[in-house]
Amino acid sequence: MVLEFTEAGIYCPAADIHIDPWRPVPRALITHGHSDHARPGHGAYLSTSGSAPVIRHRLGDIRLQTIEYGEERRIGGARISFHPAGHVPGSAQIRVEVGGEVWVVSGDYKTVDDGLSTPFEPVRCHTFISESTFGLPIYSWTPQDVLARELNTWWAETAASGRHAVLGVYALGKAQRILRLLDPSNGPILTHGAVEATTAVLRAQGLDLPETIQITPETDLKSLSGAMVLAPPSALGSAWMRRLGPVSTGFASGWMRLRGVRRRRAADRGFVVSDHADWDGLNSAIAATGAERVYVTHGYTAQFSRWLAEQGYQAGIVETEFGGESLDAEDSETEGATP
Amino acid sequence: MKRFAALFAALDQTTSTKAKTAALAAYFADAPEADRLWCIALLSGRRPRRMITTTKLREWAAERAGIPLWLFEACYPVVGDLSETIALVLPEPTRETDLPLATWIARLRALDKAEEETRKSAILDAWDSLAPTERFVFNKLLTGGWRMGVSQKLMTRALAQATGIDEAELTHRLMGDWTPDTATWASLIEVPDPTADLSRPYPFYLAYQIDAEPETLGPVTDWLAERKWDGIRGQLILRGGEHWLWSRGEELITDRFPELAQLRDFLPPGTVMDGEVLAWDSAAATPLSFAQLQPRIGRKTVPKKLLTEAPVILMAYDLLEWGGTDWRARPLSERRAQLEAALADLPDDLPLRVSPRVAARDWPGLAKARAQSRDLGAEGLMLKRRAAPYLAGRKKGDWWKWKVDPLTINAVMIYAQAGSGRRATLYTDFTFAVWDGNQLVPFTKAYSGLTDAEFNEITRWVRKNTTDRFGPVRAVRPEHVFEIAFEGIQKSTRHKSGVALRFPRMARWRRDKPLAEANTLDDLKAMLARYG
Ligand SMILES: [Zn+2]
Ligand SMILES: [Zn+2]
Repeated sequence: MVLEFTEAGIYCPAADIHIDPWRPVPRALITHGHSDHARPGHGAYLSTSGSAPVIRHRLGDIRLQTIEYGEERRIGGARISFHPAGHVPGSAQIRVEVGGEVWVVSGDYKTVDDGLSTPFEPVRCHTFISESTFGLPIYSWTPQDVLARELNTWWAETAASGRHAVLGVYALGKAQRILRLLDPSNGPILTHGAVEATTAVLRAQGLDLPETIQITPETDLKSLSGAMVLAPPSALGSAWMRRLGPVSTGFASGWMRLRGVRRRRAADRGFVVSDHADWDGLNSAIAATGAERVYVTHGYTAQFSRWLAEQGYQAGIVETEFGGESLDAEDSETEGATP
Repeated sequence: MKRFAALFAALDQTTSTKAKTAALAAYFADAPEADRLWCIALLSGRRPRRMITTTKLREWAAERAGIPLWLFEACYPVVGDLSETIALVLPEPTRETDLPLATWIARLRALDKAEEETRKSAILDAWDSLAPTERFVFNKLLTGGWRMGVSQKLMTRALAQATGIDEAELTHRLMGDWTPDTATWASLIEVPDPTADLSRPYPFYLAYQIDAEPETLGPVTDWLAERKWDGIRGQLILRGGEHWLWSRGEELITDRFPELAQLRDFLPPGTVMDGEVLAWDSAAATPLSFAQLQPRIGRKTVPKKLLTEAPVILMAYDLLEWGGTDWRARPLSERRAQLEAALADLPDDLPLRVSPRVAARDWPGLAKARAQSRDLGAEGLMLKRRAAPYLAGRKKGDWWKWKVDPLTINAVMIYAQAGSGRRATLYTDFTFAVWDGNQLVPFTKAYSGLTDAEFNEITRWVRKNTTDRFGPVRAVRPEHVFEIAFEGIQKSTRHKSGVALRFPRMARWRRDKPLAEANTLDDLKAMLARYG
């Protein structure tokens, strides 16, 4: 096998290297900077140059080499290259070729262009290891232009009623993607410290993001009326919120597609947006790889692999420690991104 | 439908009662009249009959979505709601229409007699022409499972805001046997004819559970105490030589209790009483258990055998109308005295009694009387202020439930299942077991009583400690002990443990209790012997 599934994670024997391992290993290839994929404790790391600043920011002083999209590297008996996954800035799928057989590890991905990350590129392969976070046909995302309109309308209405709009977003990726959709003419954009830290890292690597003001104990919130406040989901409903005064709350997440989740989170608004592929995205991405065999990792693995098997793929499930089921998947992405 | 779907979205998007009321009031002010009437009907539980089986809807939705049925079925427990699952799996609509709500309902009802092929094409066509929220609302109409997160009370308040008519008056107007076919906006809301509907009940006055020491209610002499009976709350109406019995859920249940018909011969028309329908043991002059009343609730016609096995009486405790006059504004003491006088000379074998007053000189005396409740087949005491009028709906202050403390047992959680709707992503439905030797025997389910934080915590724990799966049900490692509170216990042949509990819920997560100290099957059997 080109890749094997071990206790420590996905392993390439020909290169003696792991991909996104969850136990400490000597050498790790990292698809992207979310905490369930880039973990501390490995001997050496290899990631794209676009992912590297966030990984360094989160994991501190590690041995990290970088690689560009499409650049090929020989490691042992394997040819390794990284390709855009469209998930968050710098995120990659990892292509591994051994003796002419090609496997691709998707990491997390989405097929729509978010205007921020390098868009997803299908990579032809024999075996594709795909996430299936949203691998059920109930998941379908709001088009980006509609989403931008919904967000800005909500912001404008909330500002007009003399309140701040507080949006729960994941600190890495989602927050910056939303930043790009916001219309700054509505008012100031404020950030929670966790969001600001990650945003600063991405800004420093050259991404064009609108101006934000981090909320500190000194921030004069009274003078900043009608603001959009971006905070990690866990901050909503916490004591941190109290100082903001009257607010309207919202969450931006793929789970907001479900009315039950929207209601349980008890926010005023839910915006259906995810950095993972929706049902059509997963299916079209898999079809575009031309793969005969597909392994699915996190999410609705049982249902999605059965579906793929019925579509004629050789499908299997790989137990990983990426994300988790339901809300935990995206929740876990905040933890590491919060310094 | 767009206007109605927008109303739905507005109600769904906010948790603020004020915002909901405003959205509804705006709808009542400007929606077409027929739509307004249907909106009131839907929000007061008057749904159109279900025309199409959910099995068919599932098949058609899967077919239109281009997915196998098993995959549709796999989506359903994730979403927790059939109407929403259908709305989510369907492809984007290809056309746009905007027909009024009433027109859609009329179209649906016209399908009642249609062939299956006609029904199918009509439904697929509708799905194809409705935007996602409209589709969801439409599916709710189809499946009859209508809940909009709006109580009838809130709807009535909005209607009062929109029309300027007094809220209590509107509550009364909206009660009774009307449907959008028999009523118009004018006849129902604006100028109702009081004689048009003799069956129309008064809104029930509902009590709160007392949340402080009863001494805080002031002098005991201000209060009238009665037993809190464990039957079905009912309002008996005698008007124009006929009679009607309404349940608290505003359901007409006259035919289920034919023995009450004879009361027409003994009480004058223009009499309305509030009370409790109880299965009654006339020899012992005590109620039979709720379990014995239960078979009579579900059926529209009652076989003879059941009539003799579980005869019912109305245990009356209030008089709302007398001599055709509305007595609700008069003080309880006066209503009660008239009720007792009216019933005083009736034959003993009539299925009607006055709920006896429970007398005591002071609060400790009442507390003593309360403690005997379970042995008398009652759930505790009701405390009612003698000077109070009969109000509409749930209002704090004049009527209090003073229930006996629930029974409790410590049990081990062994199975978990995700909730539905709002709680579809949480494990909230648990099965509990007690020890029988070194075996754990399941005896009840419970799904309420924990805080959101506790449900979140237990959900994470369930995910990590699943030992087996049976469809949506997960077997979990026996580790956690919960105190289960319940109101009663009955013998049951349907349950392996041999008992069934009434209103079981999780009173406390007993983190302090080791597994071995959970209660036993023998403990349960002892409770059954004492209270069953
Ligand atoms: Zn990720
Ligand atoms: Zn992930």
